Amino acid sequence: MGARRGIAARIVAALVLAVLGPLAWAQQPAQPAPRGTAEDPALEKRVTGLAHELRCLVCQNQSLAESNAPLAVDLRNQIREQLAKGASEGDVREFMVARYGDFVLYNPPLKASTVALWVGPFVLLVAGAWFLWRRLARRREPEPALSEAQRSRAAKLLE
Amino acid sequence: MRLAWVVGAFVALVVLLAVGLTLNPREVPSPLIGKPAPAFELPLLHAPEKTFSQKDMLGKVWVMNVWASWCPPCLVEHPVVTALAKSGLAPVIGMNYKDAREDALPWLKRNGDPFQFSVYDEKGRIAMDYGVYGVPETYVIDAKGVIRFKHIGPLTPEVQVKKIEPLIKELSRGG
Repeated sequence: MGARRGIAARIVAALVLAVLGPLAWAQQPAQPAPRGTAEDPALEKRVTGLAHELRCLVCQNQSLAESNAPLAVDLRNQIREQLAKGASEGDVREFMVARYGDFVLYNPPLKASTVALWVGPFVLLVAGAWFLWRRLARRREPEPALSEAQRSRAAKLLE
Repeated sequence: MRLAWVVGAFVALVVLLAVGLTLNPREVPSPLIGKPAPAFELPLLHAPEKTFSQKDMLGKVWVMNVWASWCPPCLVEHPVVTALAKSGLAPVIGMNYKDAREDALPWLKRNGDPFQFSVYDEKGRIAMDYGVYGVPETYVIDAKGVIRFKHIGPLTPEVQVKKIEPLIKELSRGG
């Protein structure tokens, strides 16, 4: 049973690789992950904090802090270097946006190109609420009363 | 009437998702288009004692291709880069990215060297200024030193013929 599951898992892994393999972007051969190793823990904390806010461009669903893609390592080093030189978090964010666009920010600014992103969910929420309210209102409407003629016809039918 | 609404909403959703499927999430629009090309001065790949600066290209439309010997898609696009260089429309310059000379030079010898020359960005620091996040990437820079076009990933003959070559011709005419 266990062995069979192992084989199944391996087959699934092979299939996933076969599908995703050709999509792989050219990346440098993986390097041993040089984890943040500054002597200054306060600085390292700032570096990590900022790196969590920035998206890794190679593995797009990871932040710079989580990714070990060579570019992410370079960019973390860049953050560390700049902070150590006295740059503020805002300066570093600006540096990244100037090169890679708002896309690198996990918390993008509100502007014309990102309005849909910020407002969209609320628009959907309001639209949904309106739709629901209309349906409920329709259900609450009282049944139309019967006229005298209809009532007598109904009574006749029931007799 | 109600059916029309439901069908309409469904079609709208399908169209939205269909458009989404044709987009490539890897193609992050570069904020550098229309901005001056970041300045640099880098040693040449073939001749470490010589340097090349982005300012040396002012007055000319040129193409810069970021490549590395460890990058398989660079090999895929190599014939296209070669064709573009052979067209003679604009000088094509290589930027060798985070590579080692002893790997890069044999790579060019093996596969042919389409570039006028390559600059050697060993640490990738200049490429960072150009917003490079994967190789290959290709830039078209105009005579005033403004980045006019960027292609991410391997060049295809289609991009070469439909986008890059017309753009170079237009930029060269317009001055």
